[in-house]
Amino acid sequence: MEAVVDLDAALFEGLCRLGDSTLVLGHRVSEWCGHAPVLEEDIALANMALDLIGQTQLWLGLAGEVEGKGRDADALAFRRDVWEFRNLLLVERPNGDFGQTLMRQFLFDAWHQPMLKALEGSNDARIAEIAAKAGREVAYHLERSADLVIRLGDGTEESHKRMQTALDKLWPYTGEMLTSDETDRALAEAGIMAAPDSIRPTWESLVGEVLDEATLTAPEGAYLHKGGKQGTHSEHLGHMLATMQWLQRAYPDATW
Amino acid sequence: MVSEAQVWDWLSEVPDPEIPVISVTDLGIVRDVTVEGETVVVTVTPTYSGCPATSVINFEIEKALRDKGVADVRLERQLDPPWTTDWLKPEAREKLRAYGIAPPIDGTRAEGVVEGRIKRLTGAALVVPCPHCGSEDTQKVSQFGSTPCKAAYQCRSCLEPFDYFKCI
Repeated sequence: MEAVVDLDAALFEGLCRLGDSTLVLGHRVSEWCGHAPVLEEDIALANMALDLIGQTQLWLGLAGEVEGKGRDADALAFRRDVWEFRNLLLVERPNGDFGQTLMRQFLFDAWHQPMLKALEGSNDARIAEIAAKAGREVAYHLERSADLVIRLGDGTEESHKRMQTALDKLWPYTGEMLTSDETDRALAEAGIMAAPDSIRPTWESLVGEVLDEATLTAPEGAYLHKGGKQGTHSEHLGHMLATMQWLQRAYPDATW
Repeated sequence: MVSEAQVWDWLSEVPDPEIPVISVTDLGIVRDVTVEGETVVVTVTPTYSGCPATSVINFEIEKALRDKGVADVRLERQLDPPWTTDWLKPEAREKLRAYGIAPPIDGTRAEGVVEGRIKRLTGAALVVPCPHCGSEDTQKVSQFGSTPCKAAYQCRSCLEPFDYFKCI
């Protein structure tokens, strides 16, 4: 009996890790709306944010169902405080310049796409079907971000410099999504989710290939930050949530 | 009591809110219709998970059936199998083209595959004919157009910008 309860709790955690990561990245990307360097990129960013927030509704909706305490996706998104969020630290990094936003997107997409592929094989049909749906959308995200990283990395002197700076800044936040903790391992052993470290070879080879083409160099031996998946966040997430959750906190259950 | 065929017929007149020249059945998002006693159950699959039209579509379907006198309507969401542009009816493709949107080219779905990626990832030349003048001399402006389901293109012959309905 004990083990069953633990696995449900682990599943809630695992679903929050996915749903919070897509939510936080979706919100970050949406911050560009009306500010991107060119109209087409503005629209592309808004569209990707929309995909990510749509996926969040599916993941957090299922998380609420698994938890069984009557919380829906909105309740989880707008009524939890920063330490209850389980997103990767990478996605809460501020947008920075366009190059940093794109590099963050690429490093995430290169993990997101193979992770969803692996989750399609989950023995929990609810997870497999969300992964299959989201995976088709994310394939386009990955095409776009890889394409732009290559174009800007192997672009002008200025664009190359900005992309290299972005890579140096963000690299220390990539280890977390490729490392498994106890929760990840319990879910993987039960065949419910894929272990993050099983994604590492695919991620490394894809990222290596794209960075080579982009004439960019990943920093060596960088310290790796972690803790987001367990609820230990940087100061940036709290500021973001203050903006994102303001309305629901000021006017709980507001409708119009 | 209404027949399922009758309901399908009614639904074929419900337009997609974003692209009103095609109906929800043209789009292939109505997956099933069943009549359970007095209740009509319509199973709908979303195009994209974040498509803002999804709730409007559900509302339009419910409204259309109520207008036809069906008092009890239930909508169900189905994710599996995920929606694909392969389900767009042939006549819907022609309607899209006439409306100025290049229809999807089957078999060109983004795979995000892991082997031999660079070429695929950088979107090796996909020829999308211009829906206005038919020219094949067109270029992709952005992977994402006015909605997530479309990419932005421009025709080099007639210079018109246009949307391409991406394969998914």
